[in-house]
Amino acid sequence: MSEAVSALQGKVAPGEVTIREAGLRGMITLRGDLTDTKLKAACTGLSGVDMPGPGQANCVGEKGLCWMSPDEMLVLVPYAEVTAALEVLAKALKGKHYLAEPVSDARAMFFVEGEFAREVISKLAPVDLHPDTFKPGDFRRTRLGQVAAAFWMRDEDTFEVICFRSVADYAFDLLAASAKAGRVGLFPVR
Amino acid sequence: MLILHCPYCGVDADETDLHPGGEAHLTREGPGASDEALEDYLFMRENPKGVHFERWRHAYGCGKWFLAARCTNTLEVFGTYSAQKTEPPKEICDKISGKRPGWSWGTFK
Repeated sequence: MSEAVSALQGKVAPGEVTIREAGLRGMITLRGDLTDTKLKAACTGLSGVDMPGPGQANCVGEKGLCWMSPDEMLVLVPYAEVTAALEVLAKALKGKHYLAEPVSDARAMFFVEGEFAREVISKLAPVDLHPDTFKPGDFRRTRLGQVAAAFWMRDEDTFEVICFRSVADYAFDLLAASAKAGRVGLFPVR
Repeated sequence: MLILHCPYCGVDADETDLHPGGEAHLTREGPGASDEALEDYLFMRENPKGVHFERWRHAYGCGKWFLAARCTNTLEVFGTYSAQKTEPPKEICDKISGKRPGWSWGTFK
């Protein structure tokens, strides 16, 4: 077995807002009927968090659930536990119409940490990120610059961003440039 | 800039998050259709200045197709609704009637 490495191997761009690649993270794309009780039980059992509502993400540590679309859930687990998690899903959803695929190696994840992390993202995405509209727990699939991405807030100062691995370099440089350019003053200073 | 509300994930998506899919409510003619009906399906479009119904895909978001009613003249959006509808919902038609009395589009009015 070859040694798995993340897209940018934990690259960091330090600054007032720090961009940090998250390293290896386990992700499973799960498509199916999100109202199904067995599916819900399997998701919450694997991640240890409640099912998120539309446009929401519940994450604790490396585990979590992100609402991707009305029939798609992103299940976050530690990288090493993905195979076991897939077996749990296969067992729980046997006979049902569903799809579960490991996408850990197809994606890259970043942390954007700092006081004006909100502005770093809002410069790049066509999303209203005002503190009254976008809060910790909210999840949004959109674009960052020219590439598809999704992000959610872990807390007031931390965003987690995921994008395709093939564009990890672009996304990292984009976030780093946005952070380096500094605060815009669009949102009230806390 | 056009901002449409995605009826599936409930976010107000910017035009750059979306992909246009042309005219809504087309009848797909297939084998057995008359030449006129097939020609109509393939080539004939409304192309109005005013009230229009379109297909849009929330491409960078949830990936779902939905339908939108808007004015091509002013870019005013009257509403968006599920792509599984074969005609615009009554409340959207009523809203259009309130703002554009006497409107018609294809067989809808």
